[in-house]
Amino acid sequence: MTIHRRDILRASLFASGGLLLGFSLNVAGSRLARAAGAAAPSPTAFIRIGADNSITLIMPDTECGQGIWTSAAMLIAEELEVGMDQIKLMPAPPDAALYASPLLGEQATGGSTSIIADWTRLREAGARARMMLIQAAASKWHVDPATCHAAAGVVHHDESGISATYGELAEAANALPVPGKVDLKPFSAFELIGTSQKRLDTPGKVNGSAVYGIDVQVPGMKIGTVAACPVIGGTLAAIDEDAARRVPGVRDVVKLSNAVAVIGDHFWAAKQGLAAAAPRWNEGPNAGVNSHDIIAGLAEATLNPGVVARDDNDAPGKIAGALTKVEAVYQLPFLSHAPMEPINTTLHIRPDGADLWVGTQVPVRAQAVVAKAAGLKPEQVAVHNYMMGGAFGRRLDVDSIEQAAAIAVKLGYPVKLIWSREEDITHDLFRPRYYDRLSAGLDASGKLIAWTHRVGGSSVMARWLPEGMKGGLDPDAVEGATETPYDVPAIKVDYVRHESPGVITAWWRGVGPTHNVFVVEGFIDECAAAAGKDPVEFRRAHLQKNPRALAVLNLAAEKSGWGGKLPPGVGRGVSLQYAFASFLAHVLEVEVTQRGEVRLRRATVAIDCGQRVNPDTITAQIEGGLIFGLSMALYSDITHENGRVQQSNFNNYRMLRIDEAPEIQVFQIDSHESPGGIGETGTAAASAALANAIYAASGKRLRNLPFGNGALQSA
Amino acid sequence: MIDLNINGQTHSVDVPADMPVLWVLRDVIGLMGTKYGCGIAQCGACTIHLDGQPVRSCMLPAGAVGAAPITTIEAIGANPVGAKVQKAWLDQEVVQCGYCQSGQIMSATALLQQTPKPNDAEINAAMSGNICRCGTYVRIRAAIHAAAEA
Repeated sequence: MTIHRRDILRASLFASGGLLLGFSLNVAGSRLARAAGAAAPSPTAFIRIGADNSITLIMPDTECGQGIWTSAAMLIAEELEVGMDQIKLMPAPPDAALYASPLLGEQATGGSTSIIADWTRLREAGARARMMLIQAAASKWHVDPATCHAAAGVVHHDESGISATYGELAEAANALPVPGKVDLKPFSAFELIGTSQKRLDTPGKVNGSAVYGIDVQVPGMKIGTVAACPVIGGTLAAIDEDAARRVPGVRDVVKLSNAVAVIGDHFWAAKQGLAAAAPRWNEGPNAGVNSHDIIAGLAEATLNPGVVARDDNDAPGKIAGALTKVEAVYQLPFLSHAPMEPINTTLHIRPDGADLWVGTQVPVRAQAVVAKAAGLKPEQVAVHNYMMGGAFGRRLDVDSIEQAAAIAVKLGYPVKLIWSREEDITHDLFRPRYYDRLSAGLDASGKLIAWTHRVGGSSVMARWLPEGMKGGLDPDAVEGATETPYDVPAIKVDYVRHESPGVITAWWRGVGPTHNVFVVEGFIDECAAAAGKDPVEFRRAHLQKNPRALAVLNLAAEKSGWGGKLPPGVGRGVSLQYAFASFLAHVLEVEVTQRGEVRLRRATVAIDCGQRVNPDTITAQIEGGLIFGLSMALYSDITHENGRVQQSNFNNYRMLRIDEAPEIQVFQIDSHESPGGIGETGTAAASAALANAIYAASGKRLRNLPFGNGALQSA
Repeated sequence: MIDLNINGQTHSVDVPADMPVLWVLRDVIGLMGTKYGCGIAQCGACTIHLDGQPVRSCMLPAGAVGAAPITTIEAIGANPVGAKVQKAWLDQEVVQCGYCQSGQIMSATALLQQTPKPNDAEINAAMSGNICRCGTYVRIRAAIHAAAEA
């Protein structure tokens, strides 16, 4: 099955006869109108209504498994007055003017920002479309629109009992001006928002019918696989091309400066052909890179001051004079994303245009790199964006699409390029390695009087979005460090940017908070111990100005039975965070066996993410995010030797499995505050609570991730 | 040519005998529900049933199958236990990205066929070969218990 989503969209954009509530403003027109601030944004960017009553919602965010399509659809459906069973969803094409995230400034899905970005724009789109449909009905019936109401895709005139479906009204509605002012429903009137709705994307995922990027089938397509130089910066020296071509089913061999691709009738032929090609490499300047030197480089670099991110009231001076001083170094490793769906790209590049079939978090960037490689204009590249078998930030980068375009441009036919799992892990772009130095001073009553935190690591922002840097400061690197939940009178946070040679770093589920919550919450626990206080009590004492943080902490403590008796070898650890505009407290109960093995028993989470959209998705994201974070905390560690990544597959880059997963309970606070993000909160909350629980269970304080694989025994 | 009995149909395929069934299914026959995750039988995304037993198709050579019937995710709903598992997966909202879930459902169905009321230890033993990167394990467990009661 070949799905040409772009073509479907193009057809609806330019459909004649007004059968669709299509673009009365075309794309360029709306871009101009928006730039001039002259008109309200047309709801048609997000909503298409056919004469057959089909209602199609255009999803500005990409579905990577986080459930955003269902939640985003709920925001529109709430105001549009349609049922969740009346709608179909499709991905937005690359069009930054229409679909750029107001938070990220580009058409990208990441940083747990989707609900925050969509909260107003999607409800307003739904409301504007509903108002236009009601106006169309009122004009047709010669009645006051105030005497009409909409429900389940039908406009009713209450007095006369007349009604018309949205499909019957769409053409007339389409001709009306877009209303400028919209009245959004008050919280009390919500029928969908705040209720658990079934996900719309999952039925096809339990019977094999869901199509991911890797499943795309295009007529005439061949299948290839790629090996790039295992050392970053190296080049391809030689291959045994004849041997590759002798493998039955191999069709082509494509050499790039730093990679080789073998194309065949099926993946097996390509894989066998690549093995036969036996590529040799000129390893280049990074051939000597190894983890020991990378860590030593970070340790040395962070001896010097960095760019100041926050500096209140001379924290170093206050610590020097403090009664009790605490100091520590925390380290976090490079991490691979390892989504279950390996990297893959399907491309057909022709002289006059190209088709790209892929799952990407950044469709505009994907379109641009293909256009550049093919010598085409971006609008000549049709992007067919698919469901992703996990992304976790990996698909915010387009390196693999750029590589695929360099290969496909040399072939006249459509080609699906699949990275083996080994290629996927060894050529991932990794979450930075961090080396953080902290110190704190306590007064006689055991309260924090001063706190310093020096963050050391590479900058993702400087590579991915240079204009996001603030005078040498990577705001992401210090997210969760500059603004902790706690009231500390003197605080200094600085950032030492240190790029390790031969390693490219990237976004990874919750980069900033996943790093800083571990460091801050581990160190807070150390401060509590130095003060001789219970970890929850100690946190409470510093939360007097932060009632929402205090509320989630108290709820998690209560629900977890904090303070209650536990068997020997079992301990509870707590972690508290404000991240992605959500408050979360996590209590984790673990057992440390006599042999030093960690067993995860029970996780209790309290979350205040403001107004909830789909509560069951919130719970699911916290459950899954915690497992993702616990997997990281116990096992995940990308290391280098001789410039090469030493991990390559799930046998040596280990994942938590079902027999290791704890019970998880999630408690949600009912709130009408602005909605916060949820997709990365659980991951950020995992590792500090684990470190603190291990400390409670065993007395061993762990500061270097990951903890498993022998770290506990040597602590 | 190799004859394979897949979902009740015989397919004659012209492939090397050492080609894993995973790639025969996906790239020759066009059944895309069975997924590639690791290629070394570590993740379980490629799980199919061979003669009712769960096997990792990424390391199962096509030439070794013989007459044994293969069932894939596309046909598991025709099996009453498989249908119960699929329903429980949706009722419990197990699925996130969904990429591993074909394999999870195949493993869970095989478990319930052999052990209709599994306890947690039996679930662990049957399901720990299937990785879920989204971390849906809590709900997978709940869904297996729910399917067992259905």
